[in-house]
Amino acid sequence: MLTEQHLSVEGSPGPAADRDRWSELIRRDRVHRTLYTDPTVFDEEMVKVFGGRSWVYLAHESQVPAPNSFISVRMGLRPVIVTRDRDGALHALFNRCTHRAATVCREESGIAKSFQCHYHGWTFRNTGELVGTPWPQGYGDLDKSQYGLTVVPRVESYRGFIFGTMNPEAPSVDTWLGAATPWLDYWIDRSPTGEVVVTATAYRMGYRGNWKLAYDNAGDGYHPSFSHRSLLDMASRMGEAKDMSYFGRTPDDGPMKAYALGHGHSAIDQRPAHAGGPGKFWEHQRPQPGRERFEEEIRERHGDRADALLDLSIGAQINLSIFPNLLLIGNQIQVIEPLAVDRTQLTWHATTIGGVPDAVNTMRMRTQEDFPAFGEPDDQANFEEAQRGLAAPEAEWILMNRGLDVVGWQHVDGHGVTVTAVTDELHMRSYYDEWQRRMGGES
Amino acid sequence: MRLDRLPDRYTDTSAYSYHVDTDWYADLDRFRDLLSDDWPTADLADWHAAQSFLSQEARLIDQGRFGDWLDLFAGDGLYWIPVTPGGGDPRREVSHAFDDHRRLTDRVYWLRTGLASSQLPPSRTRRSITNIETVDTPDGSRLIRSVFVIHENRAGVTKTYSGWYGHVLRPAEQGWQIRLKLVNLIDSEQYHENLTLVF
Repeated sequence: MLTEQHLSVEGSPGPAADRDRWSELIRRDRVHRTLYTDPTVFDEEMVKVFGGRSWVYLAHESQVPAPNSFISVRMGLRPVIVTRDRDGALHALFNRCTHRAATVCREESGIAKSFQCHYHGWTFRNTGELVGTPWPQGYGDLDKSQYGLTVVPRVESYRGFIFGTMNPEAPSVDTWLGAATPWLDYWIDRSPTGEVVVTATAYRMGYRGNWKLAYDNAGDGYHPSFSHRSLLDMASRMGEAKDMSYFGRTPDDGPMKAYALGHGHSAIDQRPAHAGGPGKFWEHQRPQPGRERFEEEIRERHGDRADALLDLSIGAQINLSIFPNLLLIGNQIQVIEPLAVDRTQLTWHATTIGGVPDAVNTMRMRTQEDFPAFGEPDDQANFEEAQRGLAAPEAEWILMNRGLDVVGWQHVDGHGVTVTAVTDELHMRSYYDEWQRRMGGES
Repeated sequence: MRLDRLPDRYTDTSAYSYHVDTDWYADLDRFRDLLSDDWPTADLADWHAAQSFLSQEARLIDQGRFGDWLDLFAGDGLYWIPVTPGGGDPRREVSHAFDDHRRLTDRVYWLRTGLASSQLPPSRTRRSITNIETVDTPDGSRLIRSVFVIHENRAGVTKTYSGWYGHVLRPAEQGWQIRLKLVNLIDSEQYHENLTLVF
């Protein structure tokens, strides 16, 4: 395969002890274009960033609700089956027959105690063990315990969110989530019962660009005023500015903040733009199908609780990015699925919640349709245009210097979290630290 | 809720959707089932009227006359592209498009802002519509089912979309209005780039 050379770059490298082979390509204020264009970098990312030492998001427990249920996912490029065994324990198995590599499961989801390979009929339990090979006399004395499906050695769940790692020695998911935990808790606890259900349908949106363009954007409070002008303009059709209009006027002077949460995780908090108590999310939301009748009925039937219920039909007003592939945006669970160095699938799972009237969950469907229709396509168009721009070899750098060294923007709170202005590119600088840790060391 | 019973303040369906209630959702269930039934062969005149309606609608879209296209829709009409082919339950599922009159007015406004990066340059489309069937229902609605192939070129890339349409039409003062346009892509739950073209 023809690969691109890492071009020599200006500036003197730091002390040898502080450098690894990425240090010339990831500076404190910029990152080299080849991290988005070089297929060999991508191949290594698929092993180490989406595997290797740390955790990767796999699925939500509501997608494997019952004993013996399963769902097909990807862990990087590895086809993986997440299963729940008959006792309820979670497993993640490579969907790859031990014998001659064919996938053993070709359904997206369902119920199965075992998986039989279509190719030669090898059969595996939903915990991975090989239980049978057709005509075993042809193998002499086959030790079946040596030929189970490859398993993801550690699978852990945090309140329904299932993560896997190839590292048996990894710290726990709780430790790794760290300062992101209260943000995830807020998102989950918007459900009065704590129950979140991923619905049967998902948007599988794709773009012709590198997967990191999506991660760069998820924590980016700089782009909405420009990238989403079409949505902002549309939102003012009936005279009254709604929706993300609060990004429109010098967002750094407003109440919204961005947070670097460690381990590459980050968050944008839009909630301060809706201060004033329950009902503000709803009040500020651009109207969606059925709004007027829905509001009337909720207010008639639910009295004091009405404003809180109306708010639950609106997005959570945070963007939470869990490195490398889990983004909570609004009420949706978005998963970054890299396909190639210049091709990415973004799967948007809609969610319903427990403890609310059915009408609230119906209105959640209507609000969760809005941004994927009128916002995300413009983002993805810009990701594709960025990938086109990255084809220029002599223009080497992507900048991530906004907010760097700006006096008065950043401070560290009592939990070690860096808080800054909402358009700071701190989220990029901090996730590249984690990226470099995962990609560093032995090649 | 029927449009002729709307409270005065909510009669402008490009600004309000008070009519979208449980009965309105129940109508969608009914339409979805009717559009999946077997139908008798239509009279030639009805078949011709159906195919003329679809051709004219297709031409408005392919010529980018989205305002004129919007005018074809009834006040309680719906432009619906489900993620589940055939429809699914919109109460518990998201759709690629679930545009009541207000959201469809938004969509046309959005397309015309000239600011949507996903439509810079705009999609060029041409569509073929075949396998047309039509039947009238006892309440005076006209159902049309057809198969489409849409060719789209945008930003140097040509893509093809295929599937079937279900139309529910209601008689209007002149001709027919669209009560429902159901767009079933054969691969609606699969990977797609940029579905911002009009189907």
